Amino acid sequence: MDGDLLHPRPEGLYCPAGDFFIDPMQPVARAVVTHAHGDHARSGSALYHVADAGLGLMRERLGAGSVLHAHAYGERFVLGDTTVSLHPSGHVLGAAQVRIEGCGKVAVVSGDYKRDPDPTCAPFEPVPCDIFGTESTFGLPIYRWPPMSQVIDELVGWLDDCRTRGVPAVLFCYALGKAQRVLAELVRREPDRVVHLHGAMVRLVEAYREAGVTLSPTVPVSDSAKGRDFAGELIMAPPSAAGSPWMRRFAKASTGFASGWMQVRGARRRRGYDRGFVVSDHADWPGLLQSVTDSQARRVYVTHGDGEALIRHLRDHGVDARPLRSLGTMPDLRTSEEGD
Amino acid sequence: MRRFARLFDALDRTTSTAAKRDAMARYFDEAPAADAAWAAYVLGGGKLKRTASSTELRLALAAETGYADWLIDDCYEQVGDLAETVALMLPEGDEGDADVPLHVWMEARLPSLSRLDGAGRIELLREWWRALPRDQVFLANKLLTGALRVGVSHRLLVQAVAQWSNLPTDLIAHRMSGDWRPGATAFTALAAPERADEHAGERPYPFFLASPLEALPDTLGEVGDWLAEWKWDGIRAQVMRRGDGVLVWSRGEERLDGRFPEIEQAAAALPPGCVLDGEVLAWTANEDHPQLFAALQKRIGKLKPGPKLLADAPVRLMAYDLLEQGGEDLRERPLAERRQRLAALVDGHAPTLMLSPSIDAVDWPGLTAVRGESRTRRTEGLMLKRLDSPYRVGRKRGDWWKWKVDPYTLDAVLIYAQPGHGRRSGLFTDYTFGVWDGDTLVPVAKAYSGLDDKEIDRLDRWIRAHTRERFGPVRSVEAVHVFELAFEAIQVSGRHKSGVAVRFPRILRWRTDKAIHDADTLDALRRLASG
Repeated sequence: MDGDLLHPRPEGLYCPAGDFFIDPMQPVARAVVTHAHGDHARSGSALYHVADAGLGLMRERLGAGSVLHAHAYGERFVLGDTTVSLHPSGHVLGAAQVRIEGCGKVAVVSGDYKRDPDPTCAPFEPVPCDIFGTESTFGLPIYRWPPMSQVIDELVGWLDDCRTRGVPAVLFCYALGKAQRVLAELVRREPDRVVHLHGAMVRLVEAYREAGVTLSPTVPVSDSAKGRDFAGELIMAPPSAAGSPWMRRFAKASTGFASGWMQVRGARRRRGYDRGFVVSDHADWPGLLQSVTDSQARRVYVTHGDGEALIRHLRDHGVDARPLRSLGTMPDLRTSEEGD
Repeated sequence: MRRFARLFDALDRTTSTAAKRDAMARYFDEAPAADAAWAAYVLGGGKLKRTASSTELRLALAAETGYADWLIDDCYEQVGDLAETVALMLPEGDEGDADVPLHVWMEARLPSLSRLDGAGRIELLREWWRALPRDQVFLANKLLTGALRVGVSHRLLVQAVAQWSNLPTDLIAHRMSGDWRPGATAFTALAAPERADEHAGERPYPFFLASPLEALPDTLGEVGDWLAEWKWDGIRAQVMRRGDGVLVWSRGEERLDGRFPEIEQAAAALPPGCVLDGEVLAWTANEDHPQLFAALQKRIGKLKPGPKLLADAPVRLMAYDLLEQGGEDLRERPLAERRQRLAALVDGHAPTLMLSPSIDAVDWPGLTAVRGESRTRRTEGLMLKRLDSPYRVGRKRGDWWKWKVDPYTLDAVLIYAQPGHGRRSGLFTDYTFGVWDGDTLVPVAKAYSGLDDKEIDRLDRWIRAHTRERFGPVRSVEAVHVFELAFEAIQVSGRHKSGVAVRFPRILRWRTDKAIHDADTLDALRRLASG
């Protein structure tokens, strides 16, 4: 059975043959971490294997004292009775799928991934396997991402509009991945625009620059004099800043949110943002189906809370799809607060 | 419809009412009058007669996408709006150069569905969808299935028309009241200069609405400056004696003609050219208080009530204002004068037309004491109206206050939840609550409002993690959480499983300090209902 390679346990997803955990929720002896978002990269484990493309971000998240083994994409290394390699997942800088070869078969755990082009990270690499573990954050056919060029058109239109009206534009988005992707797209359109950053984004933006990603010029909001008028300027902040005292200096601002959830009108209206921009670092419905096909896997395991629809749809179409928790006890994972 | 789609987008993209008003005024200026008329109609909450069912839309969607019914249902549950679900699931259409104007959609295209059979409707829907970009698929479906819900109130629409026409808001409100029919001429006429006989015709006057009194009444000044009346629990209505006939308008500005023949007959005896504002109540002769609202409810639903119903639940108009007399608009005159004229007018028409009695008190404490009798008199509390005030338009604070009695409350346990719609789509926000009947929880109330966004999110997460069973979109949940509900009235009901029906239930607070065994019992509610 597949349980010899993948066995969910309360601490996280465990590989018995290789004696390691993937993205453990609790401290363990040996961890393979797919990417630097807080719900995947947690400090406290004795040893971490990560992709070297994301080393800087991992250090930022796991702390300077953590023991990190960095691997190039595609490099094979041995863990227990398995041979492991990391392959780009296209989610954020340094994000990886984990390929595990052992017990006479190959399993691939995708981690979070997307299929759309992203100038800030290596594109998703389809890795053939017998067992494919896929995410399903946006596992319904209502989620089909518009081309990024179209979204950036809308974003630039919004900024023009804010400039005309003389109000600041505050764009909320997750501090790791989404913010840098927007900055990397924006610099191609408006190379001279300086973007103001909330403090929580500053170091992460710097980490991307150090990794060689070209981004719009940025300055921390805190560098601006008190009472500065931000009319017509773009300010980026994590969603947690919405409604906080920090927002007081942008009283008249038009607000936007960049997230895959913005595809649904009710979700945007509920959050009370003026504008929603559909930008996601996760696969949309066609991307999920394409990846399952590309994997050539004989069995597909689906993670994330609301994967029932994807599983049932795949089964209706002759794919042996199952919830990952059917292999063991999965910790109660809520949909990621980050990186959607 | 391209221009209207842009307007919708502009409205949808801002929470500022000023920006919405400007966007609409600009659209009225630029769009052809025939389209502007329909835009005003639908933005003001107007709907077409429905020409295709939700089932037909789902079938068309399944046929067009090949997706299974259950998957369409799952998507709908997440989106909470069928029109939008369709737009999101379809591949992007190809509009080409052909733009079909809004008025053609409203006057020809959408109504044409009713001339086809089910299969024909599904075929035509699919044909339209294929030729439209996503935003217009959404709009066409919205126009087909119901209200737009884009954060435009009727009042805001009236303000936008007033801004475009450069006329007073109250005048536009009056011109658009009643069943205003959209059309190029009708729209252009909204901007015509004010005429002396403006108020003649079949349109009702816009209702003046009271605001809830939240402060203590002595903040209102001298008690002698105010008229106090009971706040009746019936249907607000405007009875117009015009020409040879009588028109009855509801507060929702719908014609109620035929439903209350007693009132129409009595009003027909009044001199032509007068308009009364009051409350329709079911009231048996010789009783000193009205029947329960449920009795009136039976009358509302009946277009031509039979003799038995007329005998069981006779109605009367408790009149409290006179807006027109001898064809003259009285609204600018002080309430004291209007009321004096009203008293003389209805004199001799009792009990079917009655003057709502004034409640006299020498001071606020005295009035507060009388308010304590509200429930035994089957009223909702008191109305306070400034005696020298004009009859205003809409909900304007300051001159009319409703001073309601405190609601009843009960503690009940959350037992079912289902996803909400619109702003609350994809979240479990429609709750059913139960009270104890022996050792089982019996549903007694549904409530949708009263929690803040944080509580809604928290409860939504909890519901997902603690679902016991699913019945379509409805989930039964573990009995854990106790909520304090408020409601306005309770009565015995044969239609409800619990045997009681509560009016206007809403959540007051989440009682995290209470355990489920602290919740109320059905016995207690029954006693309250029969007492």
